[in-house]
Amino acid sequence: MAPFPIEELFGKFSAYTIYLIIGVAFGAVLEMAGFANSPKLAAQFYFKDMTVLKVMFTGIITAMVLIFLASGLGWLDYDALWVNPTYLWPGIVGGLVMGVGFIIGGFCPGTSIVALAVLKIDGLFFTLGATFGIFLFGETVDFFSGFWNSSFYGRLTLQDWLNVPAGFVVLAVVLMALFMFWGGEQLERIFGKRDVARDPKGRYIGAVTFVAVALIILAVGQPSIQDKWERIAAEKQPLLDNRQVQIHPGELLNLIHDEVHNLVMVDVRDEADYNLFHIQDARRVEMDDLHMTALELQNLPLNTVIVTMCNNEIRSTQAWKYLVAEKTPNVYILEGGINYWLDIFEHGDYSASPERQGDDLQHDFDVALGARQAASEPDAGELDHIEYTPKVKLAKKVKRQGGCG
Amino acid sequence: MISKITKPYMNPYLAGVLLGLVLFGAFFITGNGLGASGGLNRIIVAVEDLIVPDHVNRTPYLLRLAGGEQNPLDNWIVFLTIGALIGGFLSGLFHGRLKLETNKGPNISVRSRWLLAFVGGAIMGYGARLARGCTSGQALSGGAVLSAGSWAFMFAVFGGGYALAWFVRKAWN
Repeated sequence: MAPFPIEELFGKFSAYTIYLIIGVAFGAVLEMAGFANSPKLAAQFYFKDMTVLKVMFTGIITAMVLIFLASGLGWLDYDALWVNPTYLWPGIVGGLVMGVGFIIGGFCPGTSIVALAVLKIDGLFFTLGATFGIFLFGETVDFFSGFWNSSFYGRLTLQDWLNVPAGFVVLAVVLMALFMFWGGEQLERIFGKRDVARDPKGRYIGAVTFVAVALIILAVGQPSIQDKWERIAAEKQPLLDNRQVQIHPGELLNLIHDEVHNLVMVDVRDEADYNLFHIQDARRVEMDDLHMTALELQNLPLNTVIVTMCNNEIRSTQAWKYLVAEKTPNVYILEGGINYWLDIFEHGDYSASPERQGDDLQHDFDVALGARQAASEPDAGELDHIEYTPKVKLAKKVKRQGGCG
Repeated sequence: MISKITKPYMNPYLAGVLLGLVLFGAFFITGNGLGASGGLNRIIVAVEDLIVPDHVNRTPYLLRLAGGEQNPLDNWIVFLTIGALIGGFLSGLFHGRLKLETNKGPNISVRSRWLLAFVGGAIMGYGARLARGCTSGQALSGGAVLSAGSWAFMFAVFGGGYALAWFVRKAWN
């Protein structure tokens, strides 16, 4: 399934050649659209010629509907695509600054390169200026790196933010773009004195096609978590079957006490059981909320280890599958669950009642003390008399970066 | 193929569809979108690394790109940027638009245009790095995959342009 790890498949040289070819197509399209011509670009901001708006948003909705159609049909893994991480305020402030630069300079970096390629001297000066600005940024960013790294939301998509199916967002963006095209043409007619009635009628067919495809995307839907798991089941199920990801309570205790790993414990039991007893710092997550949790966990540092837990291993295994299907790295399961944990670390009054089976908490707690039980935070000294086979291995950094890395 | 007559630009919607196909192709094949400022950035850092390697190794932001043995040019975005330069040149050649000239508004001198292009470019370059991407890498690519931040960014770019447009109208009209 696309996308393909082209560097691993074909080697660096071939991969870079592919990027070069994509770049050639990109540059050629920009030039053909007229983006090497700065007065034409600037006219966008005086409502005389809305080419920038038309080209950009047609480009966006074309790529968008193809991406989500391919994803819905199972040809493309949307989760593997680079989605620009959201740093909200640096993005907005940077965007405003760029808008100012655009109207003064008449280009954006991409278009100035193309202008330079067709020997426009203003394109040359703009590119030199952009180069200087980028240089200046590299020299000064360390003075305000706090702001530059602020309001970070990771791989936040509009559908996650609004919590609606992606198809709705696709349809809404298509309709918004078509509305802007209509508005843009009206502005061109008024301010640019252009006779839009003479524009090709084919654009109406295009508009209908976009709406139709967006409706198809909505109808087809996007892969469910079950679909995502089935894609990787052949590779990941053996990890469960061979018990390579179920870590012994001793190893978890070691993770709690070591300084090397950033440990996140995800407790997927009911609130009642969680209130009776949970491990110190374990956070309770509803199974239904795992999607947002996965997004959040993916933003954590590379040394993060996630351990899912329930009373035994039933729900925690489900949660593991969910997180792994969402491409969360370094996820493990607490072997035997909280029951096994208590068998080992509960030395007090609350013994296990063997008649309790399955998904129940086997130990009887008479008061809901949550994490204020002794077994919630066992001493590191307990490790001296526990033997286990360590299984946690940090995955190597997944290398993926966007167009401006 | 090489044209001496300047041909008109393509219909913007058609150009947009082509641009979208290129963008989709990039995502489908490589998982990455398009970009431009990232390539420029790495070329500059490479030059800095040649001239003042110690300075690069002392500045955290530059260190990440070119610290120690790393070659900042060893990155796909650099090749995409070079490709865009070639593609623009070829298209200009075939459409008769390869011409040494300065495009400007009617009421501004060539020198002023050059100065504004440089100043605007510098502001743009700074903003692009601040926003972690330019119009191609953030707005276009991030917009197509529905990145929330990219959409906020996109409206900010248009907002910034429209907010200042009236004040610099002499430069373009």
